[in-house]
Amino acid sequence: MSELSLRPDTGAIGEAIPHESARLHVTGAALYTDDLVHRTKDVLHAWPVQVPVAHGRVTALDPAPALELPGVVRVLTAADVPGVNDAGVKHDEPLFPSEIMFHGHAVCWVLGETLEAARLGAAAVRVEVEPLPALLTVPEAIEARSFQGGQPQVSRGDVEAGLDGAAHVFSGTFEFAGQEHFYLETHAALAHVDEAGQIFVQSSTQHPSETQEIVAHVLGRSSAEVTVQCLRMGGGFGGKEMQPHGFAAIASLGATLTGRPVRLRLNRTHDMTMSGKRHGFHAAWRVGFDGDGRLCALDATLTSDGGWSLDLSEPVLARALCHIDNAYWIPNVRVNGRIAKTNKTSQTAFRGFGGPQGMLVLEDILGRCAPLLGFDAAELRRRNFYQDGQSTPYGQPVRHAHRLHAVWRQVLENGEVAARQAEIEAFNAASRHVKRALAITPVKFGISFNLTAFNQAGALVHVYKDGSVLINHGGTEMGQGLHTKMLQVAATSLGIPLERVRLAPTRTDKVPNTSATAASSGADLNGGAIKNACEQIRTRLLAVAASQLGGNPADVRISDGIATTLGADESMSWDELVRTAYFQRVQLSAAGYYRTEGLHWDSTRMQGTPFKYFAYGAAAAEVEVDGFTGAYRTRRVDIVHDVGDSLSPLVDIGQIEGGFVQGAGWLTLEDLRWDRSDGPNRGRLATQAASTYKLPSFSEMPETFNVTLLRDATEDGVVYGSKAVGEPPLMLAFSVREALRQAAAAFGPAGVSVDLASPATPEAVYWAIEQARSHTEHGHVAAADVAPPQPSPDAPPMRPQSERVTSRV
Amino acid sequence: MTAAQNDTASITVNGRQVPFDGTPLHTTALDWLRGIGLTGCKEGCAEGECGACAILVARPDGSDATQWTALNACLVPAAALDGQEVVTAEGLGTPDDLHPVQREMALRGGSQCGYCTPGFVCSMAAEYYRADRRPEASASLEHGPNGFDLHAMSGNLCRCTGYRPIRDAAYALDTPPDGDPFAARRARPAPPVRPLSLRYGETEFHRPASLADALRLLGERPDAIVVAGCTDWGVEVNLRGARPPAVVAIDRLPELRGLEVTDAYVEIGAALSLSEIERRLDGLIPLLDAVFPQFASRLIRNSATIGGNLGTGSPIGDTTPALLALDADVVLTGPDGDRTVALAEYFTGYRRSVRRADELIRAVRIPLPLAPLTAFHKIAKRRFDDISSVAVAYALDVTDGAVRSARIGVGGAAATPIRAVDTEAALTGRPWTAETVSAAADVLRREGTPMDDHRASAAYRAAMLGQSLRKLYAESREEVVA
Repeated sequence: MSELSLRPDTGAIGEAIPHESARLHVTGAALYTDDLVHRTKDVLHAWPVQVPVAHGRVTALDPAPALELPGVVRVLTAADVPGVNDAGVKHDEPLFPSEIMFHGHAVCWVLGETLEAARLGAAAVRVEVEPLPALLTVPEAIEARSFQGGQPQVSRGDVEAGLDGAAHVFSGTFEFAGQEHFYLETHAALAHVDEAGQIFVQSSTQHPSETQEIVAHVLGRSSAEVTVQCLRMGGGFGGKEMQPHGFAAIASLGATLTGRPVRLRLNRTHDMTMSGKRHGFHAAWRVGFDGDGRLCALDATLTSDGGWSLDLSEPVLARALCHIDNAYWIPNVRVNGRIAKTNKTSQTAFRGFGGPQGMLVLEDILGRCAPLLGFDAAELRRRNFYQDGQSTPYGQPVRHAHRLHAVWRQVLENGEVAARQAEIEAFNAASRHVKRALAITPVKFGISFNLTAFNQAGALVHVYKDGSVLINHGGTEMGQGLHTKMLQVAATSLGIPLERVRLAPTRTDKVPNTSATAASSGADLNGGAIKNACEQIRTRLLAVAASQLGGNPADVRISDGIATTLGADESMSWDELVRTAYFQRVQLSAAGYYRTEGLHWDSTRMQGTPFKYFAYGAAAAEVEVDGFTGAYRTRRVDIVHDVGDSLSPLVDIGQIEGGFVQGAGWLTLEDLRWDRSDGPNRGRLATQAASTYKLPSFSEMPETFNVTLLRDATEDGVVYGSKAVGEPPLMLAFSVREALRQAAAAFGPAGVSVDLASPATPEAVYWAIEQARSHTEHGHVAAADVAPPQPSPDAPPMRPQSERVTSRV
Repeated sequence: MTAAQNDTASITVNGRQVPFDGTPLHTTALDWLRGIGLTGCKEGCAEGECGACAILVARPDGSDATQWTALNACLVPAAALDGQEVVTAEGLGTPDDLHPVQREMALRGGSQCGYCTPGFVCSMAAEYYRADRRPEASASLEHGPNGFDLHAMSGNLCRCTGYRPIRDAAYALDTPPDGDPFAARRARPAPPVRPLSLRYGETEFHRPASLADALRLLGERPDAIVVAGCTDWGVEVNLRGARPPAVVAIDRLPELRGLEVTDAYVEIGAALSLSEIERRLDGLIPLLDAVFPQFASRLIRNSATIGGNLGTGSPIGDTTPALLALDADVVLTGPDGDRTVALAEYFTGYRRSVRRADELIRAVRIPLPLAPLTAFHKIAKRRFDDISSVAVAYALDVTDGAVRSARIGVGGAAATPIRAVDTEAALTGRPWTAETVSAAADVLRREGTPMDDHRASAAYRAAMLGQSLRKLYAESREEVVA
């Protein structure tokens, strides 16, 4: 076992403790970026000038009418940018555009003494636009050959031979929707100019270092002149990985030009109409099974809806291709990917980062094909699971594949699935208008950033003379409990009680060059760095203790704030030890660093070992569907999930439950609709408010919800034997979607294959029921060999720099 | 304007009286509270959908006591809270001295990002202090063993937790301990409402002392916006930038807050909130009882009034189909006194009605006796707190196997809520059988002119109209069998 994963007998690690800020949350005392405005003097407020056209060329922009209004201080335009006019790292995302690329694109920003003045000023700015044709859907973009970025392919074996040898070949298409993040706290930034023109930006960002870089390049300054701080976020979910940068840059530009603090906070309408979302995808596929229901070959082309700029679309697509296999061994695979360029918001990271989309394609295929193959869907899934020794299509061995079988067995047991299946059959036989169904789906999710370089982290740990400890690391807190875990890691590693450790907000001047808090990697990476820093200090303190207690430093133990040495009765308190160290002139602070070992990835060939390990889980969901309306309820969900040895069980269970419900929201309820008409509102997001875009509420919570952590799951080579937890549970929600499909099918003849739209809203479920009732033939799965479109020979490959920051110019 | 009215306002927040001076009159309670430093009150949506801004207000409970009532601060003009007592999450407890609700939320993992949490805490505290909350022997899905009604939090959204720990926190709450100041406060009357006239620049806010004053004001200011629960005002101000020159608040006028039951009718005051109506009717009108839990959220029902629901004239307001099925009348009052209009003749077009600018809705009158078979079917994406794609309300008299009378109200199928008169005709006088229902369902699906939008397709809306009647029939048969 590695030193990193070894867990001491005592310490706060693994204790089920509440979120470190819980007491502040519940009393309203926790501060978020925009709460600081009320503590800041002379703040100017920013408001965007959004253009209500899906695509068009700006022919005139006249701020003069705004400047005549009382309280309007300045209108920020492209002419004000001293550095690079770009909000991203790929130079395709102008901060002040000359071409409107989506409905609601902000062409400039107004600064006002009050928010009201800024709002009225924005309404007064005169913008003239020459409309251009707009592409809104993936099929429209495919038709127009409107693509952006690389077109990667993951392949293994011989797909044609695999299909030729298959007993059953099916083909089909599937188009499914994206998802709005709907973090409760919208994007916010508050920028100040310090002495000598240095910029200090408070930003609700998952990626302070990149926010810093973008602010710097927009202002034409060095990174050393810009500091970004993130107190905490009111939710991020990936939506604050790339998207905050431009907003922070606008606030910073305003602050440098006016010398006053500038606050930029999007209201919900701004946020929903301007910020990127989860990518919707289009998939065309054919699949072969042998006579025993085993997958022989998969040939698929995935086209993601990237929106107007590249953003994170390339790595999102890469992860989609690397997760299309989910938990299943497919000997022959060819999966092509491409990114549609459409006139929508720039789609971006969202919990799972393409993984859910890739996995959904295959889970949908299995759900649709199971009845055609004459298999129970759960059995079809089980018999295709990876076995130990097999590898993914991109060449990474599937380590611990047996855990997949273990979580599956345990969820069958915990959920009393066999008995309940019998109950459901009896219920359905007796019930004409209401049907129930139970579905089980697995998750295998790769942990690490696909791009190897991002898998590093830093931390800063100070021990003060009074024995108190202050820690800082590069990760941001968005509710996922990262800071809670980091406090537990630090306390355990130093051997002191949790309450002696305090954590300070994330700042780029404390820990530089950080990666985004993303890819579920926050605890793995920053935990490694914190532990490294703490161990440096602990090693020094062991020598100090040995000098006082006698014996060899290697025989000193520090536990619960007491230092002892083996075989001796004497001890010394932590406070005494620290004080002694100070007087011995021993350094009491340390910078920690961590890099994930053993990773390599060739993004041109899409082969390698990009992931440190896989997280496994399985969920069994039971639903009840009303045949009159398609309305449904989730009666019970049982989950068994692999988080390694949990760092913080209350936090981890919260992540699993929350991820599951968020995934169920994506798959069943949350319905992004753009105006696709040819009318004047073409391209307008029709669901741009909480009243029209529905998140799960209490009524969507599973009525019975049992979450179990897989036991004896130590992960070697990871901090205290744990595993990442942020993203994988989202995909457990496939079980709800597949249960809805099976319940809809129960209204029809046995063995009917049912298509289910995604999201599976009550309306979608109703149409699936109607299909089951009226069709004796099967949905839109063709029992035929229709090949998906293949890339043209000149299609651009994925480049290694696709994920790389190339911002400095 | 009456000279005696106050022209300065103040609100008691967390026990401290705070003047409301020099603040633009469109300022919401949310923005005002944040402006005085109470930033625990959060904006998540600014349209009363997420509950992140929920606060507690001391409101009359219908007798001489006070009920802690949770409201969306984003929808209420701060001026409308003049003289009221408001409590925020900061006022309930502090990090070192947590309120019982806060303790349960914190310890059970009820907060992750924490942004929605103060709002949840306020909604949960209101239910914690509900005077008639009693432990229940048989807990149900939406009621805890401690009598906690989950619907109390139907207007609060959380994006992080998946809700289970919040439910567990709510269901773990005990009864308030002796000496709890908020529990003790309930025994005294809610603060009295005082008349008020405020001016800021060109804008005015009035809380008239009487119905007569209100009508006089409306006569003088035909451009005035009448508000009661403010659930529309807030959305117009926050999302559409409305800045009405004059606002007249009528929600506390005693003349609009009566509830009278006679042998011939039930008369419900227009300014009673839906929560108050639900409490005071206490099951008297089963069809309305079916509507209440499906009408928006508890936070909205605590504000929204039945008069406001009719006054906005929305084609998808959920009380209207039910009131149409109940054959309700609207009592309008104006300078010349009362006049009564059948609800079926009240709407004249999309958000238009026969009400004149100088009139107010005084009450809604529901004739008695009620039809014995009633039901309310709401089609929406989400079961709690959603807007109807279509809504159908039934009031049928089925006696000896035949339909004696039928009234069906439909929302979401036309520019106004409508009576499904052709369907009613297809049912009346016919035997209550599958054949009759099937034929009538085909008529019902062709009533109105449902449209395609982001909530539902026209085809689904039409299908749901027909399916609704089939469902009603199936459920009525099940009741017979049971």
